[in-house]
Amino acid sequence: MSATSHAHDEAGQAPLVGSLGVDSRKLGLWAFIGSETLFFTALITTHLIFYARTKADLAAKGMLEHMDPKLYLGIDLTTILAAILLASSLTMVLALAATKSKEWPKFRFWLLATIVLGSAFVLGQVYEFTHLYHEGLKLAPQYVYEGETVKSLFGVTFFVMTGFHGLHVTLGVVWLIAVYFKVRRFAASPENPMDVELVGLYWHFVDLVWVAIFTLVYLI
Amino acid sequence: MAIAEQKLTSVSPATASSGSFPWRTWLATVDHKKIGIIYIVSAFVFFLLGGIEAMLMRVQLGTPNNTFLSADVYNQLFTMHATTMIFLMVMPMNVGIGNYVVPLMIGARDMAFPRLNALSIWLFLGGGLLLYLSFLTGGAPNGGWFAYAPLTQVQYSPTAGMDYWILGLGLTGIASIAGALNFIVTVLNMRAPGMSINRMPLFVWMNLVVSFIIIFAFPTFTVGSIQLLFDRQFGAAFFNPAQGGDAVLWQHLFWFFGHPEVYILILPVMGMISEILPVFSRKPIFGYSFVAFSGVGIGFLGFIVWAHHMFGVGMGPMANAFFAAASMVIAIPTGVKIFNWIATMWAGDVRLTTAMLYAIGFISMFIIGGISGITLASPPIDLQQTDTYYVVAHLHYVLFGGSILGLFAGAFYWFPKMTGRLLNERIGKIQFWLMMISFNITFFPMHIVGTEGMPRRIYTYEAGMGWDMWNLIETIGTFLLAFSVLIFIYNVLSSLRNGEVASNDPWDAATLEWTMPSPPPSYNFLHIPVVNSRRPLWDAKYPHAAGDDHHGPSSAPSQVRYEYTDEETEGAKDIHMPSLTFSPMIFSGGLTVASLGFIYINKDILGLPTRVAALGFILIGIVMVSIAIRGWILDSRKDSPYLSQHH
Ligand code: HEM
Ligand SMILES: [Cu+2]
Repeated sequence: MSATSHAHDEAGQAPLVGSLGVDSRKLGLWAFIGSETLFFTALITTHLIFYARTKADLAAKGMLEHMDPKLYLGIDLTTILAAILLASSLTMVLALAATKSKEWPKFRFWLLATIVLGSAFVLGQVYEFTHLYHEGLKLAPQYVYEGETVKSLFGVTFFVMTGFHGLHVTLGVVWLIAVYFKVRRFAASPENPMDVELVGLYWHFVDLVWVAIFTLVYLI
Repeated sequence: MAIAEQKLTSVSPATASSGSFPWRTWLATVDHKKIGIIYIVSAFVFFLLGGIEAMLMRVQLGTPNNTFLSADVYNQLFTMHATTMIFLMVMPMNVGIGNYVVPLMIGARDMAFPRLNALSIWLFLGGGLLLYLSFLTGGAPNGGWFAYAPLTQVQYSPTAGMDYWILGLGLTGIASIAGALNFIVTVLNMRAPGMSINRMPLFVWMNLVVSFIIIFAFPTFTVGSIQLLFDRQFGAAFFNPAQGGDAVLWQHLFWFFGHPEVYILILPVMGMISEILPVFSRKPIFGYSFVAFSGVGIGFLGFIVWAHHMFGVGMGPMANAFFAAASMVIAIPTGVKIFNWIATMWAGDVRLTTAMLYAIGFISMFIIGGISGITLASPPIDLQQTDTYYVVAHLHYVLFGGSILGLFAGAFYWFPKMTGRLLNERIGKIQFWLMMISFNITFFPMHIVGTEGMPRRIYTYEAGMGWDMWNLIETIGTFLLAFSVLIFIYNVLSSLRNGEVASNDPWDAATLEWTMPSPPPSYNFLHIPVVNSRRPLWDAKYPHAAGDDHHGPSSAPSQVRYEYTDEETEGAKDIHMPSLTFSPMIFSGGLTVASLGFIYINKDILGLPTRVAALGFILIGIVMVSIAIRGWILDSRKDSPYLSQHH
């Protein structure tokens, strides 16, 4: 080993904090979130492109006023869903704060609240989907609005985009539940704060994506 | 090998518990070196499969009006050939060598996430096997490697082949993203003390750049293929113009990934070349920062040139002009690298080993491919050449002449580190010349028939178009090429048995992987090294020439053989390496099984029984994944660095 002098192994260093000075898992998660950003960008862009075309088609026929597929999207329900998801980000922050101060009962309460709010969001979305289905907006390249059929990809792009967001929320809930049980079982474990921080990071990201979808798809 | 294994068992708690069944230490491994070797071996097997497909196609095209293959089989073969070579050969071969070498080069004991690393290899294999399963279940994918819409809609591509393609590549895509995240964190966060960013070997640099390209390029491909899957399975019509969809949207989504993909294929190989040339020129790389930053530049520019694959679509003069200009600009950082490599050899003390020959072969063939690339980047020329054999010539000069020759250079260079034995140099050189000559016999005439108008992706052609002779020559070249690959296989097998035993540092190299035994023990470094320059090993061996900016070694190599002494390996008992685990394999097995089920979830093949079976597969997959997640959490607790501190 002539080329290398002896440095002592990781001893004394905080675990998993490496040459960049951050926790490895956190670094990896940030990079993953970067990747996911492009994933949702592609889905949302596809939706916006096809929606613009549908609008142009309808406008050309003078039907935009009463046939705009956006009329399907009830703003009330989704506003509630958005509020739920935003509230869950808040409870997530509180849960993390409680781990840092090692107040485990408080932590369990806030994490459970996050899980409940997240599940409520998913259920709300399932409700929204079935409702839209009955109204005539389906996973098909046309929709039926008040008895009239319009050729449009609105339903297709809408369901795929929001469906994949819903899938991400669902996976987030599974992850939250896993962390909940892990922390309950190994309460004194020194790695708990980081476990919670990571799932929180992911949770806020999924939340932000919803804010983007809500603004670009429902509001504007 | 045996000696190292011996030591490994005596020190590593992971291996010690593994009992006498040797397969277990491979199937449940989380060691980056073993995972690297599994990658390399399986990529090589896929290389042979892709090669067989190529030979079948060349037999068909050897003579006009040939009936050896039907049009349908021919379509399957060119689709699978390209898909295999790109996704199952060059990509995983790069990842495999990177997996083995990168942690050693930066002075780390393993990748940042060893279990995630194991997940990547098994997901890659699951995806590859799923793709190949399609041959047995009614037809392989047949829409070309870029799967142009609307050819890929169910009505034009009714077998399940394209579904296999989507899900198979979906699995390898997850593997690639997981692998890229792992490389990013490893390179940024696992460097030994003193291994600052601007001291990292260029191979590490290029792996870092490529990992960023992967995580930003793959998502659009994933989205596109998910949408295509919805088209095929649920009648969504994203890419079906007849129902209001948009075929050109697919091209944008695909090529926004597809062009960066070609850099994913070439940049790691450029990194290898940048390691090999200095060692065999006995000079430091010329313009280290230029080589590193031109790689970064290529990474960025690679995201704004995608539509040069779409000039034929008719995007209009503004778009054409922009993408043409951007494509020409990307030739600049590429050219910078080529000049740096040439300047590295210039006035160097060049040793023409086989690895060096391949590296020089890489440079010369890549220049030809780069020049034809620049011609294609000009829209008026491209409109003449697109979809002809000229494009086939271009892509083979960059991918075979570039990536694959470079990978052979890497193989000859690192084989001794990985196996403890050197490949036979004499056979290697014979193979090199045979490969160079037959490569050019096979692919150079494609420039000619291409400019004469021979379209690509036709299964046969009329006699008397002026293409007959060249096609026959190309086919003969292919057989010579295949023969040279056989020679390589012979070389590997015979060298593994009785090749010259490699010292730790058989090439008198400069980077950290050559400081340890060949092959290295499971924990790599007995002590994490402290690095003071870009060429730590050269500086130690040639102190008079040390320092970042000084000239490299000039004296003859001293072939010292380091071995860890018994005392030292005794000390290694305290090194804790992550335990063996089957969870990653079960996880990817579950995803593969579920994907198989998903292919048939909405197919009218045997009616209800098929759907029930498909649903069953999906459920089994979910159960397997859940079991794996539980095992994974428990394993990660067992090995947690947080917890081991408190023992
Ligand atoms: C000097 C830089 C390069 C330029 C300007 C360039 C330009 C082009 C252009 C314009 C095309 C489209 C031709 C057509 O379809 O009509 C093309 C095709 C292609 N290039 Fe390059 N290229 C360059 C380097 C590379 C490199 C380094 C690789 C891979 C290692 C590569 C791989 C490919 C492949 C695989 C295709 C064919 C895709 C297909 O249609 O199947 N190119 N190139
Ligand atoms: Cu390109």
